[in-house]
Amino acid sequence: MEIVNVAVLPEVTSAGVIIKAIIILAIISAIAGFGTYLERKVLAFMQRRLGPMHVGPYGLLQIAADGIKLFTKEDIVPQNANKLIFKIAPTITAATAFIALAAVPVFPDFTIPEWIPLLGGVFVPSIAADINIGILFILGMMAAGLYGPLLAGMAQANKWGIIGSARTAIQFLSYEVVTGLSILAPIMLVGSLSLVDFNNYQSGGFGSWMMWQQPVAFILFLIAGFAETNRTPFDLLEHEAEIVSGYATEYSGMRWGMFFIGEYANMITVSVLAAVVFMGGYNDLGFVAGWLIVVLKIAFVFFLMLWVRASWPHIRPDQLMWLCWKVLMPIAVINVVITGFVMMV
Amino acid sequence: MYEQIAFYLFSVLTIGLFLVTVLSKNILYSMTSLAAGMVMISGFFFILGADFLGVVQLIVYVGAVMALYAFAMMFFDASRDVKEKNANGAWVFLLGGMIALMLVIVFSAPIYSENIQAIYPSIPGATNPQSVGLVLFTKYLIPFEVAAVMLLVAMIAGIILAGKKMDQSLTTEDDSVATEVISQEDEK
Repeated sequence: MEIVNVAVLPEVTSAGVIIKAIIILAIISAIAGFGTYLERKVLAFMQRRLGPMHVGPYGLLQIAADGIKLFTKEDIVPQNANKLIFKIAPTITAATAFIALAAVPVFPDFTIPEWIPLLGGVFVPSIAADINIGILFILGMMAAGLYGPLLAGMAQANKWGIIGSARTAIQFLSYEVVTGLSILAPIMLVGSLSLVDFNNYQSGGFGSWMMWQQPVAFILFLIAGFAETNRTPFDLLEHEAEIVSGYATEYSGMRWGMFFIGEYANMITVSVLAAVVFMGGYNDLGFVAGWLIVVLKIAFVFFLMLWVRASWPHIRPDQLMWLCWKVLMPIAVINVVITGFVMMV
Repeated sequence: MYEQIAFYLFSVLTIGLFLVTVLSKNILYSMTSLAAGMVMISGFFFILGADFLGVVQLIVYVGAVMALYAFAMMFFDASRDVKEKNANGAWVFLLGGMIALMLVIVFSAPIYSENIQAIYPSIPGATNPQSVGLVLFTKYLIPFEVAAVMLLVAMIAGIILAGKKMDQSLTTEDDSVATEVISQEDEK
């Protein structure tokens, strides 16, 4: 994904955008499935276990087995639940997660070779919808993703569900503030909301990465990103020991699977944001090509999430709120103010 | 052509969803359709090329305002229908209809006027957030500041109202204190 002159770039056609959308849907869903396998393996190695080993070589076909199970499981809708909302809720989570990915550069640009019938020569852009307010759009879409768990919990006529959805609302609303404020300081430095501009701002090699200029914002963004994607130190939404499975208590089969895919897609979105905004984006690093380096960065942030899950226990709800409002939010505000002063002087 | 299709799609969906909000007796249906309608409204901003306002609509109305509504709704039983008291149906119909008619006239009158001019035309070349910022921090600076102070006052008032027991945590105290607090609250 080298930086090409705008004039050289082929025209983005609607066919290209549709192909891109299908690619994102197919590949990210597949990665979500593969991510569970990776997560179980990584956790297992960190805890000196073997993880899934029985299905297929080295447990690789475990994904297929899990997928078959998810698709063929009986679909249960509880008797007193609000049936329509109960059925809509999982699609909201999955849909918002994928819509957020529309504004994210996921794979490099490429042109379909001419010899392929029907679609030959179509240019597929790296960003499906290249709007110049990319970051805000992603944050807004992730904010709208709150409705999946929220409506799921309220529709299922289950006490655990409603406690889970209350926790979701509190956690997402609180940590959205930290995400927004932490990413505000880099936005002030770059002076644009476009992810492409962020990438170009950090084109000066390793030393020009945003995380060296804004280390506080980077750490705050990672912490808040963990909370917004429901990762382990903050996985209170569906913590089994306390509230059965939170908002997903009554869900089974593919409806539960959609929550799951949405969650993994959000993890990927946060990883991409961290890689593009703070870790140098898809610029070439030395002799390593840009598209490879960005995949490695995204994979590293993804791995970091698993690493943290293996390292830390989860925290209590009151500690979660304390951390957000008494620690992270003030630090984020101070960071923004200091950035402003430094920029003015 | 895409714009027209999108416009009619969004308008039909918005009106339909807001109709559900008003007419439904179920809290969950009303809330869901209101939130979805807000999303559809942000679609209009995107069609008009005001990406920034569209996203702000998403973040503020869908992400924050509606989420707070939803949070309040958790204190109700969402599975039961709300019994509405409509004593004077005719009056409600008449007043509501007249207000709606008045709004339509007020907002559609400028369509037939020839000399509409933007008082603060957007500067050519400025991006969306830049032009919003320019107007907001020059012409409308004082309303902006007043709104900021009002929000600050509201925030401090909220903290004071909720803050009396803020440092009290049942999990950090030993059991005797916890049971005492619970029994006190039971007496209330």
